[in-house]
Amino acid sequence: MHIAEGVLSPIVLASGGVLTAAGTAIGMRHIKEEHLMIVALLAAAFFVASLVHIPIGPASAHLIMNGVAGLLLGWGAFPAILMGLTLQAVFFQYGGLLVLGVNTWNMAAPAVLLGFLCRPWLARPGKGRATAAFACGAGSVLGAGVMAALALVFTEEGFLRAAQVLLVAHLPVAVAEGFVTALLVQFLAHARPEALGLS
Amino acid sequence: MFDEPFAHGKAPIHRLDPRARLLMGLAFCLAVASVKSMGSAALAVAVAGALLAAAAPPLPALLRRLGAIAGFLLMLWLTIPWVLPGPPALVWGPVTASWPGIHLAALATLKGLAIVLATTALVASMTIATLGHALSALGTPTRLVVLLLFTYRHIFSLFASWTRLWDAARLRGFIPRTTSHSYHTLATMVGVLLLRALDQAHRSREAMLLRGFTGQLASITLLQARPRDWGLTTAFLLGSVALVILDALHPWP
Repeated sequence: MHIAEGVLSPIVLASGGVLTAAGTAIGMRHIKEEHLMIVALLAAAFFVASLVHIPIGPASAHLIMNGVAGLLLGWGAFPAILMGLTLQAVFFQYGGLLVLGVNTWNMAAPAVLLGFLCRPWLARPGKGRATAAFACGAGSVLGAGVMAALALVFTEEGFLRAAQVLLVAHLPVAVAEGFVTALLVQFLAHARPEALGLS
Repeated sequence: MFDEPFAHGKAPIHRLDPRARLLMGLAFCLAVASVKSMGSAALAVAVAGALLAAAAPPLPALLRRLGAIAGFLLMLWLTIPWVLPGPPALVWGPVTASWPGIHLAALATLKGLAIVLATTALVASMTIATLGHALSALGTPTRLVVLLLFTYRHIFSLFASWTRLWDAARLRGFIPRTTSHSYHTLATMVGVLLLRALDQAHRSREAMLLRGFTGQLASITLLQARPRDWGLTTAFLLGSVALVILDALHPWP
């Protein structure tokens, strides 16, 4: 979930900005010139996918897709997620421009880490691939929740309960996102294995 | 959906140089984020409200934007006042709201409102294309700006693509539910969207290369700052610093 404007302390905002700037710089260095358009199109696709609501029991949540970004783009997930969140902030005021650094770090850092950890398993067809994709999708959302909760608690101890609520709210979303990621990766592995680096 | 409702006006804000608007927004929002007293935060909301009035925003779009932050603020109001210890302000059955809790939640609300109103007036009042060129003129690396503009350029076609997929599924009687069939269908549709994006990337890149794209930006929007723009930016920077100093002096609660 995006943290709204006005909530975080200047130190947390600055830390998020510096960390995201570093991650984005590394990400941009990893993107070859001929792949820049692919990152832009995938960022646009993740942006559109994040408008899709998936039903979870009586409620629904929108897709986040940070785990898929980590799997497909590695470090490139940082600039891709930064672009998506910038557009969401300007278009819809989801999150905001001043908290952009923190929100990008929250979503991209777990995605990049889990992307690297889970990627090798994608080469194994069947259970191994599905489990790794589920772990990456669910873990990236849960990681984003943990990061957002930490940002709140580092700002002000009084936000502790709000941070707990935020984290618990991420649990069902993480499970749903994990299933969608697993099914999506299975689809990509059949339809276009080279997109996952398999062929 | 992405029609940038604030960007096409002819209000005083739209006549300001986009670079000046970005610098003013950055200075003001940084100052607001650092204030700790209700008085300073209320003053900031008033200044942001004046900025917004100068941007003459369409009301329905503005209300939608404010609705986007309401959810997060509601969560803060439902937790903080009721768990933070302190002198009770409101006793309601077994639960008590404390003054420090209400203060913290109200401060976050005012600061959030001030920043959202100011960024709506100063940043959402330009198209993403203009934002990209202004960021580039202010020293953002060209590749990052190119990435932003390409992403922006393609969300429209990909959203249209998604709408076609969605309509096709609905015409076949698809109603999303919490079932494995629904998840399977949605995941496949998102997968098709990603594949279309990858194919489009190759086509777009080839088309750009054919037209001689070298990775540099060429803009038909001319950024032209008048002395008035820089004067206003300087005044705003000083005003933001004054807000921080005023807040540090604690003249009000």
